[in-house]
Amino acid sequence: MYLNSIFADPERTARLMDIAKTSLQPMLEGAIMNTIPLTIISFIVGIILAVLTALARISQGKVLRGIAGVYVSAIRGTPLLVQLFIIFYGLPNVGITLDPFISAVIGFSLSVGAYASEIIRAAILSIPKGQWEAGYSIGMTYAQALKRIILPQAARVSVPPLSNSFISLVKDTSLASLVLVTEMFRRAQEIASRNYEFLLVYTEAALIYWVICFFLSVLQQYMEKRLDRYV
Amino acid sequence: MISIKGLHKQFDQLEVLKGIDLEVGKGKVVVVIGPSGSGKTTMLRCLNVLEIPTKGIISIEGHSLDFSKNVPKKSIALFRRLTGMVFQNYNLFPHKTALENVMEGPVVVKGMDKSKAREKAAALLQKVGLGDKMDYYPSQLSGGQQQRVGIARALAMEPEVMLFDEPTSALDPELVGEVLRVMKDLAQEGMTMIVVTHEMRFAREAADEVIFMDGGVVVERNKPEEIFTNPKEERTRKFLNMIQ
Repeated sequence: MYLNSIFADPERTARLMDIAKTSLQPMLEGAIMNTIPLTIISFIVGIILAVLTALARISQGKVLRGIAGVYVSAIRGTPLLVQLFIIFYGLPNVGITLDPFISAVIGFSLSVGAYASEIIRAAILSIPKGQWEAGYSIGMTYAQALKRIILPQAARVSVPPLSNSFISLVKDTSLASLVLVTEMFRRAQEIASRNYEFLLVYTEAALIYWVICFFLSVLQQYMEKRLDRYV
Repeated sequence: MISIKGLHKQFDQLEVLKGIDLEVGKGKVVVVIGPSGSGKTTMLRCLNVLEIPTKGIISIEGHSLDFSKNVPKKSIALFRRLTGMVFQNYNLFPHKTALENVMEGPVVVKGMDKSKAREKAAALLQKVGLGDKMDYYPSQLSGGQQQRVGIARALAMEPEVMLFDEPTSALDPELVGEVLRVMKDLAQEGMTMIVVTHEMRFAREAADEVIFMDGGVVVERNKPEEIFTNPKEERTRKFLNMIQ
């Protein structure tokens, strides 16, 4: 139907072509100015948080383990969108007003931190006990063995699942449109609300996400190959 | 000198070591034999504190730890530098080359300058006959080669005593010889060694003393020729009959 109506009417075809072209620039702008930085910053902060959380969860300290456990449970047990709303729309009620971008970074980082901590925890536990012992046997402390022996090997194990998280995060940033971050999907919404060509504009947005994610999975394959060289 | 006094180790309900007393003089080679479950590996692991003894005193060249009290982690890490451990499964660091495996301890633990550590590691690998394999990763080496890297890695920390936990048990028969040869060389150089092994030939040829353990205690200790030809204890005799 839609395709019929496009090709039956050259004027409409021209109009759609024009919209597709003119909407590309603001959407790419949104991707480059907001979607991509939001993804990268949140992922880096999230991974740091995840490593700390994973270490807390395998530590001997009961309090530390408890805090980390509650954090992971709370984040995994509540919708990301609700978390973003609490940070951006909720916190002003107690006098904390945050910029949309900052709110989104906090929300996504907390989310990545919780989910990735489970990946990293499993990866650390997958390294044979003998590796810790070999480190200890040459006089290493816990921290040295962790940093020099265990984490580098755990990192290799974590690459495939963490790449998955990263790719998911790219798409999840579209939720930031609802806390007023002018990332790619919000740009798409703005454009579509002016010209009512929802199918065209949203499909275009979807294609851009797809291209970004495709590029990332190629990068993932490359990294896996590199890390797998000698093991 | 190494001395162990009243060493006990309990895992939950199971008492694995029931009071070990042992002295090993500097430069001596002691081979520990005994049936599986006799506690010989546990004793070795207690010596470099991979297992925390339930009680007992271990001292190595004047440094001693008393496990009836709480021993701080820092002291344990320092104490471990006195011993070099060679594992049954080598436990090399798979993400590091042979050279990097050997350098790791001196650089990270002792804070040695990298170029100096590299020189030292290269010399050690040369010594164990792997001068041409320095840049290989463990996965590219045979079991015997990996174990020799393991020996070099332990030696790099210049330990007072080398502990060997069944170093040839995981090896194909034709690779056992090259590892034993390196160990014999070490013994001849005057390294203090405690070796848990089933290689009776090594015990005969290289040991100053053989210790037979069973049921968590030292049953008998004597010179190799004595213990193999004329065991005093019934349990020792039975064990030797079973393996020979």
